[in-house]
Amino acid sequence: MTSTSPVASTPLTAWHVAHNARMSEFAGYQMPIQYSTIVTEHTATRTAVGLFDISHMGRLRFEGPRAPQLLDHLLTRRVSDLAVGAVRYSLMCNEEGGILDDVLVSSMETPSGRFFYLLVVNASNRQKILKWIQPHLADFPDVAFSDVTETTAMISLQGPKSVAIAQRLLPPKVSGLGYYRGVVTEQMSKACIVSRTGYTGEDGFELIVRAEDAMRVWENIMMAGREHGIAPVGLGARDTLRLEAGMPLYGHELSEQTDPYTAGLGFAVNLKDRNFIGGEVLKQRSSAKLPMQRVGLRLDGRRAAREGSGLFDSDNREVGNVTSGSFSPSLQAPIAMAYVASELAVVGSSLDVDIRGTRATAEIVKLPFYKRA
Amino acid sequence: MIGKEVSGTFSAKHPVGRYAGKGTGHLFPERSFEGNLMNPEELKYNPSHEWVGISEEAGERIAVVGITDFAIEQLTDLVYMALPTVGAQVQAGEQFGEVESVKAVSSLISPVDGQVVAVHSELVDHLEQLGEDPFGKGWIMKVKLTDETKLQQLLDYAAYKKQCAEEA
Repeated sequence: MTSTSPVASTPLTAWHVAHNARMSEFAGYQMPIQYSTIVTEHTATRTAVGLFDISHMGRLRFEGPRAPQLLDHLLTRRVSDLAVGAVRYSLMCNEEGGILDDVLVSSMETPSGRFFYLLVVNASNRQKILKWIQPHLADFPDVAFSDVTETTAMISLQGPKSVAIAQRLLPPKVSGLGYYRGVVTEQMSKACIVSRTGYTGEDGFELIVRAEDAMRVWENIMMAGREHGIAPVGLGARDTLRLEAGMPLYGHELSEQTDPYTAGLGFAVNLKDRNFIGGEVLKQRSSAKLPMQRVGLRLDGRRAAREGSGLFDSDNREVGNVTSGSFSPSLQAPIAMAYVASELAVVGSSLDVDIRGTRATAEIVKLPFYKRA
Repeated sequence: MIGKEVSGTFSAKHPVGRYAGKGTGHLFPERSFEGNLMNPEELKYNPSHEWVGISEEAGERIAVVGITDFAIEQLTDLVYMALPTVGAQVQAGEQFGEVESVKAVSSLISPVDGQVVAVHSELVDHLEQLGEDPFGKGWIMKVKLTDETKLQQLLDYAAYKKQCAEEA
């Protein structure tokens, strides 16, 4: 998306507007920030169930016998050993080992027996990723690639009651899906890819449907969810939920200047017997000493440290900075994620954090901040 | 101890939804502010959503400052508020405090020049009062004016409403 591109709607934008959502442009899309309040939507997701329009996320489809080899080359984790119906969190890195994006890759089979791979990328990175993979696609001429972002919608159903809704609305095999498993199925005769994934720290499902079916599926879920206290949830609470769950967000915790180990995402890099873009550098980095590390912070008081807030040691030396921060509705305390000099990144120790000119005490705590029971 | 007096007069005595006085024809009717609701139509406004009303207290003209219902609705999820200290000098157009929601921090901008003579310190632990009664119990500070001409630069009710309609 270039700066001259008009703001796009998702297939559900009209619903959000009709339901008085506060709308804002995000990654080129007109997105709901909140329908009621962030705390209400956050709490509904933690205690009942929340419904999110995440159609802005990029959805890329790869099909063909050598599709797994192409993706193996592009991603930090192996794709060729991915069982049909499995979903895997991975990174895409540049030659220097910097993170281009964090993605979900899944191996899927249609009811008619066609196999394909789906790559879900960050909305803000989609154009960059499309450009990045272009030359590699040329090396794999038998791989049929399509960007299906515009022709589909993506809906996320998250929270403890999401299973009850899935049981009611989706075929039995969906509510039986294991974590990070997916299936191509139907919602009331509408074609649908469902996976047991999410970005909230709750149990839940992410659905991909055709753009023209999105409104119907969304409304079916809202209706079925009424008795369970369902709430539509905007990007505001999506951010506080993912922050509590300790999940990094590209553009905040992740960038091309960050490597997977510094970001605490070493689990998403598989170096064993593989060649992939950035692999050589990452192999060296994997055993090297890290200057900085991603940590969780819990602050005293009620003021939140926001992105960019500096962190200081007892000698008043700047030793890191905050990448995301908010008041946590679940913990009722300010929390943040930050990069801190490794020698100081010790759980239980404290640092000073500068909040717009005044200092507060921040304790380094274990991530995630919130873990579901 | 003006602040104390004012906090003492809150509650059932001045039920929410009733204005202390209806239009008297004056821009700033000279009457005592006792934590009861001020008539929004008689107030002046910063474009940044602070309101100011004038009350007569012990023979002095005192500016009462708060933030509007529109601002509170826009902010949502308030978690923290920083108030000035009594005795502090405030200047029109300058920050005198801040209010923080789950998502964002907003500066509170003084609509007037003067010295702070009272702050509504119990607000900090009762941020809900800002939303429940923004033009009464939700008052933030009182300022002894040093330059009344600054009031002329503020928006009147009609102009402020127009701005809100454009922002909404």
